[in-house]
Amino acid sequence: MARNDARNQRKSSSAPEKPDELKVELVDHFRKKRNDLRKLWVEQMTSKSLMVGLTQKEIDKESAAIYDTCVSCLETGRFEAAEEYAQKMAERGVLRGMTTEQIIGGMLTLRDVYGRSLAEVYRNDMKRLGQALDVYEPVANSILSIVALAFIQEREKLVAAQQEAIRELSTPVLQIRDKLLILPVIGLIDTLRARQLTEQLLEAISDRRAKVVVVDITGVPNVDSKVANHLIQTAEASKILGAKCIFTGVSPEIAQTIVSIGVEVSKMHAVGDLQGGIEEAERMIAAG
Amino acid sequence: MSVPILKQGTYLIAVIQSALGDADLLMLQNDLTEMVGESNVNGVIVDVSALDVMDSFSTRTLRSIAYMIKLCGAEMVIVGVKPEIAFSMVQLGLTLEGVITALDLDEGLALLDREIGKRGENG
Repeated sequence: MARNDARNQRKSSSAPEKPDELKVELVDHFRKKRNDLRKLWVEQMTSKSLMVGLTQKEIDKESAAIYDTCVSCLETGRFEAAEEYAQKMAERGVLRGMTTEQIIGGMLTLRDVYGRSLAEVYRNDMKRLGQALDVYEPVANSILSIVALAFIQEREKLVAAQQEAIRELSTPVLQIRDKLLILPVIGLIDTLRARQLTEQLLEAISDRRAKVVVVDITGVPNVDSKVANHLIQTAEASKILGAKCIFTGVSPEIAQTIVSIGVEVSKMHAVGDLQGGIEEAERMIAAG
Repeated sequence: MSVPILKQGTYLIAVIQSALGDADLLMLQNDLTEMVGESNVNGVIVDVSALDVMDSFSTRTLRSIAYMIKLCGAEMVIVGVKPEIAFSMVQLGLTLEGVITALDLDEGLALLDREIGKRGENG
């Protein structure tokens, strides 16, 4: 309520006094009240159980650092320090498994603590309160968005790294001897994965000068017609690069799919299991 | 741009240097078939590693050249198709069926040696 009044008043107020002076005043105020406000902040966060998993020492250290960073942002009007700190906090926070809610909630609480204390100081001078909020609010909002962005970026980095790891793990191309590659495929193949698989296989054939490739699909529960076609196309493309493809571990279901989509099975070289496939490949390499 | 054709022993080696127009491809077809007919050639290698694209006409022409050369009593190997081109060719249905392919010139020469050696044994 008080804030709404202040805002109305602000609109009607004539030219505000120099914002710099007011800023200095606010910074002084926050510095003077540092211990009280910080304690209040920590208390409020604790009551919202935002401090779970932190020791008292950590709480003291972090809260002091955040408090001072915010005040110095207000003082200088520059946010590099806040960005840097938020980045560090994000890295550590994610590592320690702190939730985004804890961090954002904490920063919101701090914003409220500052705002309330300003309301306390200027409660008898609505005009001045309005001006003080004019100076303080943009800074507080910027800091909040910096922290939120830092966290989101950190999460995104993590997600991207994991996706990359999954991508690489999902289609290993193994060389078990000169001219012989093995491509064990495990799990469902969707179109995206099928394409990756093809790309990696063809690159590997070209890089390692393979003559025979054994594609083991024992671990594939089933394929749809699109993926089956893709596998056949991969085999044909390998042939253009001078490598023959042997499919092993084709399950009865997949065999039915492949035949029912009308692939020319005569083009496909299939052997029952991986062992048989490798033996066949050895024979082919020996025969040239 | 015409394609230089080198003679190496009993093999002809044609290295395509840049993207070829339809007329250039037909010229390559003429040159190769004539040279196979004229001289004592039993193997031909066409190196396409400089190509970034293989369209339907060039694929078809290369395939026809291979068949023609087979009819003249020699073997032809296409070498140097890039992995990504190989796959897009297959996806577009541009197959080199009945044509021998190899990774690069080295492999192509080895392959010809084997193929022709085999033919010698059988014949």
